[in-house]
Amino acid sequence: MPNHKIDPNKWIDLYSDYLFNYTITRVNDRVIAQDLVSETFLAGLKSMKNFKGEASERTWLVSILKRKVIDYYRKINSNKGKAEVRMSYNSDNETEGDWLEERVADPFDKTAEDQIENTELADAIDSCLSKLPKKQAKIFEMKTILNYETETICNELEITSSNLWVIIHRARVSMADCLQNNWF
Amino acid sequence: MMKKFMISCEESGHICDKSQYHEATLWEKVKFKFHTLFCAMCKQHSKNNTKLTALIDKVKAKNLTSSEKNSIKSAFNKELDKHQ
Repeated sequence: MPNHKIDPNKWIDLYSDYLFNYTITRVNDRVIAQDLVSETFLAGLKSMKNFKGEASERTWLVSILKRKVIDYYRKINSNKGKAEVRMSYNSDNETEGDWLEERVADPFDKTAEDQIENTELADAIDSCLSKLPKKQAKIFEMKTILNYETETICNELEITSSNLWVIIHRARVSMADCLQNNWF
Repeated sequence: MMKKFMISCEESGHICDKSQYHEATLWEKVKFKFHTLFCAMCKQHSKNNTKLTALIDKVKAKNLTSSEKNSIKSAFNKELDKHQ
């Protein structure tokens, strides 16, 4: 079995998108998902010494995240005064407190394929965006991806709103053209 | 009367863009719908435009935005500093 190394410095860059994607399909709330991912990284950092290298870092982090998601649902359920479900994952005392890294069926996760497609789409959008003229790309990004108000963008870049809409229109047409081959 | 309904393709494109950001008024949308009844080109353009919005929304819904990622990063780096 390959022995995996752990290096928290790159965690956020490498895994935050994957973990977020995993979480959002389960809790369906961006803010909560963001909190859970953040907590997962911190919990991972704290229990780094428990990492045995039997699974990859990502699998290990997902196993922590799974517990966080379960805990989250338990918490909101007990808030409503509902009965708590107690489950014991570790039957013997020796493994008590270990993360269940070797039991996670991560590679066969059904969101894995979605994630690949999503990443590819994100890459395609990024590369199309980089082909646009700089100003168009900037305005399109502010308006479409960062969801800024029309007025805010106009004030910031000192353009009129009709000017903005012309730029948006051109950007949208080129974006659609660029994505046409693979994604329409 | 009819004149109020008739818009140019240029204007129809403008309304189409605006409605992608939910900024078109009801009256504009009515005019736009009417225009697409007989203008195949604008209809196709509108289709593509909507699809583009859907694609971007799909990525946006499932991936972290850079500001969200940064806030996670800063919280994490604080802990990481303590750790090392």
